[in-house]
Amino acid sequence: MTAHATAPAGPLLTLQDLVVSYRSRRGPRSRRQIRAVDGVSFSLGTGEILALVGESGCGKTSIVRAIARLEEPAGGQVLFRGASIAHVRGPALRQLRRDIQVVFQDPFESLDPRLTAFDTVAESLLVHRLGGSRAGRRDQVLAMLEQVGLHPAEAIARRYPHQLSGGQRQRLVIAGAMVLGPDLVIADEPVSMLDVSLRAGILRLMLDLRDSRGVSILFVTHDLSLAWVVADRVAVVYLGRIVEIGSMDEVIRAPLHPYTRALVSVIPVPETTTARRERILLRGEAPSASRIPGGCRFHPRCPLYRQLGEPERCRTEDPALVAVPPAGRGPAGTSKAGTHTDGASPGRIGADAAGPEHAAACHFAKESS
Amino acid sequence: MSLLEITDLRVQYTTPRGPVTAVDGASLDVDTGQVLGLAGESGCGKTTLALAIPRLLAREATIRSGSITFGGRDVLAMTDQELRSVRWGKIAVVFQGAMNSLNPVHTIGDQIAEPIRAHEPKTTAAQARERVAELLDSVGIDPGRSRSFPHELSGGMRQRVLIAMALACRPQLIVADEPVTALDVMTQAQILEVLRSLSDRLELSMILISHDLSVIAEVCDSVNVMYAGKIVETGPTSAIFAPGQVGPAHPYTARLRHAFPDIRGERTFIEAIPGHPPDLIAPPPGCRFADRCTIAVDKCRTDEPALEPVGAGHAAACHRSALVLGGAALDAAPLDIPAADGVDGQTAGGPS
Repeated sequence: MTAHATAPAGPLLTLQDLVVSYRSRRGPRSRRQIRAVDGVSFSLGTGEILALVGESGCGKTSIVRAIARLEEPAGGQVLFRGASIAHVRGPALRQLRRDIQVVFQDPFESLDPRLTAFDTVAESLLVHRLGGSRAGRRDQVLAMLEQVGLHPAEAIARRYPHQLSGGQRQRLVIAGAMVLGPDLVIADEPVSMLDVSLRAGILRLMLDLRDSRGVSILFVTHDLSLAWVVADRVAVVYLGRIVEIGSMDEVIRAPLHPYTRALVSVIPVPETTTARRERILLRGEAPSASRIPGGCRFHPRCPLYRQLGEPERCRTEDPALVAVPPAGRGPAGTSKAGTHTDGASPGRIGADAAGPEHAAACHFAKESS
Repeated sequence: MSLLEITDLRVQYTTPRGPVTAVDGASLDVDTGQVLGLAGESGCGKTTLALAIPRLLAREATIRSGSITFGGRDVLAMTDQELRSVRWGKIAVVFQGAMNSLNPVHTIGDQIAEPIRAHEPKTTAAQARERVAELLDSVGIDPGRSRSFPHELSGGMRQRVLIAMALACRPQLIVADEPVTALDVMTQAQILEVLRSLSDRLELSMILISHDLSVIAEVCDSVNVMYAGKIVETGPTSAIFAPGQVGPAHPYTARLRHAFPDIRGERTFIEAIPGHPPDLIAPPPGCRFADRCTIAVDKCRTDEPALEPVGAGHAAACHRSALVLGGAALDAAPLDIPAADGVDGQTAGGPS
């Protein structure tokens, strides 16, 4: 709990106008650049959980790769604790690789089948020459297994991945990441491969780790309803751009961008109603990043664009991500962002402290509500 | 008479550890034009039950007892030749995993035409082309794309192609196994819309298998919830999932429903269901859910509950269903979850 009190004032992670591009594979001498990430900016506070939500191919994985320095940005920068990570080398890079941990989607593929649970976690420590003596390392590994809910740790430590259930494997992956004491954990679809009955456990674990260790989490998912369960804030990504960002509650309750509105409207709910909910079904799929439409990149699929009689501005002018004043959404600062009504997660912080700004990249954001 | 009637079906797998009864005494009816949902966690037997209908089970599986009647005919008594004409002709399956079910070296048009030519050999090439165009159109794909190869299509488009293939021979029943799992939310909504409108327009019956109760609540007319090889609750979705109606009568259904976020209400944490389903090599006596149930009593561990009616077309296999229908709180953790099995629930559901 005290971890955040002593945290530095600035955001832990800041993306400034990040661009990630790939060369088109069409033809051997193709010079065409595909902009998978096209000017993305956001920041993540200490102990905050930010969800990055978007459909497959929207560029969210490229954003993750740039933050983890697995990809060289073509433009813009990634600041970690206020300093650019672009030219970090040597011991500083080793430290960065401890401070930022990535938990990938598939716990089947991210574990070495030949390592026991103990060795999986111990290897993280060995690679970074941590853990001190053998006995010290042993204590640390067992404590970590216990902390991610793998108990009795002594017994589970001896098991191989194939002897663990899907949920246990994902807990093990998280243990391997958390044992290094990272400040930032990037969780890329951490529960989408798991059975529903297990999802809640992993999400709860993430909340617990945030609350007990003050770790910041970037939660990457295509599922807005899962984001809603854990995140303080959410950024909605469409074709390499953030089209809306704001506190989780506000984005779900009062989405500003027509794309977000459509996404929220189609989230299935466990209820049968005779009068079916009004759902905004978008036609087709997002175009490829190699053919980004001019003007607002969403306009060809935008229901609001058609509703407003296809205004020219949408076709010609690329809308910037601008904060929308909270008129009609209650006075600023009263948002109960980041709190659960059941008090499930004491000590939630983040969104309020960072001053959640609700912004959308749409010329007619105000018309949409 | 229903289009499909399954009575007391028992399907057993031979495994190195011994026989496993994956479907244990399941009965269900599907009427013409009805969309029936089959829900449950992985391994509960829902896919086995569904694939038993066109007798597409793996070699290790045997139908031990029970009956399957389709259109008044006994499916279990059919010869191989009769089965071949029923499969695809009358009962079509949309398999899980659109990537793996399409042949990468043939165009989608050829693949959709294949069942038509196999089942209606007199079809000319021109007629087949026309039919393929119609089918693509009905699932929302531009007919001009019939010469595309699977790799040129997105996951959602491939799933549409599989649905078009299933429709190719004008079946009466479609079995769709997790047709939207692993797709983006918007694509999911589009595919479900296609399925629902096809069912309405063509009077097509459908069995929709999904682990996602919200999908079933939104799309299906009725639901069958399976747990450890048994149907534990069955009834109209309008009774079980509609506001102000009776609601779930089985604690498993009730808990499963709370495992999904509901974005319309206050933000509450989704609940895990602590523990795991029992090992079907040696299922426990009594109710199979008893170990994970928060309201189980001694009787639940000794006497197996039968599927008893609790309302119109609504039945549940639970000794305590009156309590569940009364809206009893189910979220307290049971007292004695075996440690090794309960791991996934420990931090999630249990009081800490």
